[in-house]
Amino acid sequence: MTEFMASSHSDRLQAENLTLRYDQRTISQGLSVAIPDGSFTVIVGPNACGKSTLLRALSRLLQPSHGSVILDGCSIHSMGAKDVARRLGLLPQSAIAPDGITVADLVARGRYPHQSFLRQWSRADEEAVAKAMVATNVADLSRRQVDELSGGQRQRVWVSMVLAQETPILLLDEPTTFLDIAHQIELLDLLSELNREGRTIVAVLHDLNHACRYASHLVAMKGGAIVASGKPDEIVNAALVEAIFNLPCIVIPDPESNTPMIVPRVRRSGFAPRK
Amino acid sequence: MAGLMALIIGAIGIASLVNGTYATSLADVLSVLFGDPANDTVRMIVVEWRLPRAALAVLLGGALGMSGAIFQSLTRNPLGSPDIIGFSVGSYTGALIAIILLSGGYYETAVGSMIGGVATATAVYLLAWRKGVQGFRLIIVGIGVAAVLSAFNTWMIREAELNIAMSAAVWGAGSLNGLGVEQLVPVVIVLLLIMPMSCFMSRPLRQLEMGDDLACASGVHTNRARLILILLGVALTATVTAAAGPISFIALVAPQIARRLTRATGPALVSSALMGCLLLLFADWAAQHAFGAQLPVGVMTVSVGGMYFLWLLVRESRK
Repeated sequence: MTEFMASSHSDRLQAENLTLRYDQRTISQGLSVAIPDGSFTVIVGPNACGKSTLLRALSRLLQPSHGSVILDGCSIHSMGAKDVARRLGLLPQSAIAPDGITVADLVARGRYPHQSFLRQWSRADEEAVAKAMVATNVADLSRRQVDELSGGQRQRVWVSMVLAQETPILLLDEPTTFLDIAHQIELLDLLSELNREGRTIVAVLHDLNHACRYASHLVAMKGGAIVASGKPDEIVNAALVEAIFNLPCIVIPDPESNTPMIVPRVRRSGFAPRK
Repeated sequence: MAGLMALIIGAIGIASLVNGTYATSLADVLSVLFGDPANDTVRMIVVEWRLPRAALAVLLGGALGMSGAIFQSLTRNPLGSPDIIGFSVGSYTGALIAIILLSGGYYETAVGSMIGGVATATAVYLLAWRKGVQGFRLIIVGIGVAAVLSAFNTWMIREAELNIAMSAAVWGAGSLNGLGVEQLVPVVIVLLLIMPMSCFMSRPLRQLEMGDDLACASGVHTNRARLILILLGVALTATVTAAAGPISFIALVAPQIARRLTRATGPALVSSALMGCLLLLFADWAAQHAFGAQLPVGVMTVSVGGMYFLWLLVRESRK
């Protein structure tokens, strides 16, 4: 309890001293993290560093074997499933679009936690779905089938679905994977806009430069532990990148956004500049 | 669309009340149904013989359609139907044990098939379990278990005395021949419980179609919901097998046809059930009248459904 009090502050979503395991394999131990309210938090780190696992724990998908995730002052696993789902939305990597489903139908499924058997479809549902489709720019596609959309469009539809859930906190697991650079930027701009409108966003991203540009709060992980966290321009430097990714690099200001930009060093054995 | 299906069901229903060895006219049947009957023989034939059978066809067909819709949605696969993944075969095993080893009558057979179906489902579920049950593994394990049990069934019939083997084989064909009010009442009671519960679970089922992570994140207790849905689906199939023997392919076909006709996405439990009603009622009418002799309806559904099954396999393998 004292441990909890010591690091407790007003953030709505935080994790206290988590031990995360898959079967007998321990991914993280003694992991604590707080997601600042209203932040665009980005979690970065090398493959298999436990960033997706942390996201799963934060969203109630993985029960920690020790410690707890606190949402609005309560342990997330002691709350009702729908109650959690009205406050915190998640877009996992594994989402499957059912055969032949239309965009509007898929987005409508985001309304599940607001409905019950007796109250299946209301005006509020209708409005939330319409709003979510406009915000993600998929309203024109509403009658189209999800299977026939391009990758970029499909990902916007999924974001639209979790938006329709109308949660103040939104978690996304590698939302830009499989998108080309233009669609990645488009999606990140969208998330940034949603963040400015007041939503707390937590995303796992692979691209460090994107993370530095868009994140207001960066969490850097390695080996299941958090190595550094804070504003990107305060924590990101060549030493940190080398420590986490084992990649020699220089960090220069991004000429466009003035945020840190990572440029890998040329290694003698790997790459020869063309004359 | 649902209204149209109900209308067709009504029409075939009336037809199956009119047709029979004892000639009755449409006017006779309508007078029995809506007014006082012209004579007692007609009343007895229509109300006591033909009506319970038609009602059974409608109810059992509905149960099969709904059960198929639940399993196809859970496994996200058109092959994930209770008759493919072994539950019907398991029911037959239970029934055979009741008939051959315990020399049971109709009710003992029904109970045996109920137990057989539930036990098989449990076995398939446990064998397919690996930190949760995933659709494709359930189908593969189910097909394997079905093959084992069906070999066991054949062996039991071979070992049995001839007359017992004959009655076991007749039961195994799946038939509504000779069923009446005594069989109808328990079916109505059981289905009145299970069908509304299944409809109640259709919303979590819809969320599960998008994958466990997303379903869980939207507020569904995924493993609990899936277990309840499997139990309901098994109960629906087991009820049918207990009442009439294994009737194949309705559960496989009905949800697919309903889905194509209504263009609905999601589990579509009600339209699949209606389509099941329609198919079994029609199949039973055809089994009674189309070939001169009365055939077991299971023979009818197997031969028509078999062709569909072949087409489905070919189509899936080309994907």
